[in-house]
Amino acid sequence: MKDAVTHYCAGCGHGIVHRIICEIVDELDIRERLIGIAPVGCAVIAYDYWNFDVTEAAHGRVPSVATGIKRTRPDKIVFGYQGDGDLAAIGTAEIIHAANRGENITIIFVNNAVYGMTGGQMAPTTMLKQKTATTPLGRDQKIHGFPLRVCELLSNLSGVMYAERVAINNPQNVLKAKRAIKKAFENQIKNVGFSIVEVLSPCPTYLGLSPQEAVKWVGEEMTKEYPLKIFKDIT
Amino acid sequence: MPKIKIDIEKCKGCGLCILYCPKGHIKQSKSLNKKGVYPVGFIEKDGCSGCSFCAIICPDLCITIYK
Amino acid sequence: MKKVLMCGNEAIAEAAIIAGCRFYAGYPITPQNELPSYMSKRMPEVGGVFIQSESEISAINMVFGASLTGVRAMTSSSSPGISLKQEGISYLAACELPAVIVNIMRGGPGLGNIGPSQSDYFQAVKSGGHGDYHQIVIAPASVQEIADLTMLSFDLADKYRMPVMILGDGILGQMMAPVEFKSLKSKVKSFGKKDWILDGCKGRKPRIIRSLLLAEGELERLNLKLQKKYNEIKDKEERCEILYGDDSKVMLVAYGTPSRITRSVVEKLRKTGKKIGMLRPISLWPFPEKEFKKLAKKVKAFLVIEMNCGQMVEDVKLAIDCSKPVYFYGRSGGQVPSESEIIKEIEKIYE
Repeated sequence: MKDAVTHYCAGCGHGIVHRIICEIVDELDIRERLIGIAPVGCAVIAYDYWNFDVTEAAHGRVPSVATGIKRTRPDKIVFGYQGDGDLAAIGTAEIIHAANRGENITIIFVNNAVYGMTGGQMAPTTMLKQKTATTPLGRDQKIHGFPLRVCELLSNLSGVMYAERVAINNPQNVLKAKRAIKKAFENQIKNVGFSIVEVLSPCPTYLGLSPQEAVKWVGEEMTKEYPLKIFKDIT
Repeated sequence: MPKIKIDIEKCKGCGLCILYCPKGHIKQSKSLNKKGVYPVGFIEKDGCSGCSFCAIICPDLCITIYK
Repeated sequence: MKKVLMCGNEAIAEAAIIAGCRFYAGYPITPQNELPSYMSKRMPEVGGVFIQSESEISAINMVFGASLTGVRAMTSSSSPGISLKQEGISYLAACELPAVIVNIMRGGPGLGNIGPSQSDYFQAVKSGGHGDYHQIVIAPASVQEIADLTMLSFDLADKYRMPVMILGDGILGQMMAPVEFKSLKSKVKSFGKKDWILDGCKGRKPRIIRSLLLAEGELERLNLKLQKKYNEIKDKEERCEILYGDDSKVMLVAYGTPSRITRSVVEKLRKTGKKIGMLRPISLWPFPEKEFKKLAKKVKAFLVIEMNCGQMVEDVKLAIDCSKPVYFYGRSGGQVPSESEIIKEIEKIYE
């Protein structure tokens, strides 16, 4: 990780996930054959913090770009970093098909239940009753549909080898998240196939909570809709 | 005895380390840093176990543990 | 030299393989389906990658990924599918990544029909995605030329690090003709070391390929850099074929399939003593403005023949600053202008 002050808000989970990835990259000694793909969303300038080769995909297209890279350079380690709007709304087709093809890539999916960069609009993963910039009265299933459970959905696909949901709401869970993400990278190194780790992450700014309240909300509320568990592991 | 060092200029004052320090040894500082936020500070007294919870939860890589 | 009978779509695919293309992604759409089929067979034979993607959007982004590792990469589609690829083409242009995109045009707008058409001219030459960019647009007119120009397209894409579109129509894609590939093999240029690719930062500083430029003035600097490149291309890469450029009174202008019909009209009318010629743009962007300007001094009028409702005709007017009358005749919706229709149009303006 570069020695930089990130642009993230105080208490934002992206910084933790970025750091975890960088620690794993060093532990697995893969920095020099790693290509990361940044999404569109708050993490779009992740390359300002990551000290390895990085590109940036159009909104939602991370899995396709990753496919193009990995298929032409199978000796490289390729990972995509995606937010909930990127992966679960505009990029739903791309993630489902990359997963279903069983691409040997690693996807880190940061779910904070809201669009951060554009100002706190409803995300596909926004919780029922959660107030956002576009659900001022709270998400109503009759109008906005239901929160989208990505790991549950993807784990049904034969191409998916590993799917786990973790959270980074407390130090213990951060360590669990790190173990999961490390495994997702190791799977790729061993040519196991498609791995995804969904990370429940706080966005205090657009949850309208203090950083301390936001991690509590992730731990107490989000995990009700999005249970933490290994959904699939056939590694 | 383990000690922690906090880079107060990088600190955004989110206070997650305060929340998770099992000993209550981290407090919000009373003076602003250059960013204009109240960073956290380590209260040096006996009993830091070096559990690293503060560094693990810190989103901004501000905390280093010396054991 | 041995020739092979194949359709235009297959000729593009084989020429791409010869040019060193080792990544293809595409989605089925008529009338270009022979191209992905051919690629699905040939790519594994040469150790390349063929992917049938879930959408045209995904295909162009796979090409983006392959291209940034330094591999020659291509995708193909037809009009509605090319609309979907515009997002990706804009990103390729912004990130200065080489790629070849094939558009075997069909009738539009909307789902239109599967007849041959040139209705995507504007989209291709003005660049249909968002932002201030261009792509090189190459328009072949025979199956052999399709093969030759596919080779050229990969070279141009690498040389200028930008997307190149091969713009054909349903007839060119489907038409079968003998093609000769052997001499092409000798024309394969080594495309040089690409010192900008992402392949892991071993022994060098990490690289970033991106198009989000937020710092003050950074994006304008990229745009000015791209414009400089585009001006160089306008200077060096205009291509066209001219028939009877010296003594023609009326100059017909056509590319692709209409140019084949127009050529035959020109030869017929020449036999009757009519001074008719043809300018056939081979590069549609850059548009062969220099030759148009020269011809504008000699001819009395231009007649533009297209398989659309009048698109290239605007560029002809611009190229000659409206210094001579520019007439238009076109058929659209999958219809092809006939010789007799074109002759009738010429008779209206020829004195």
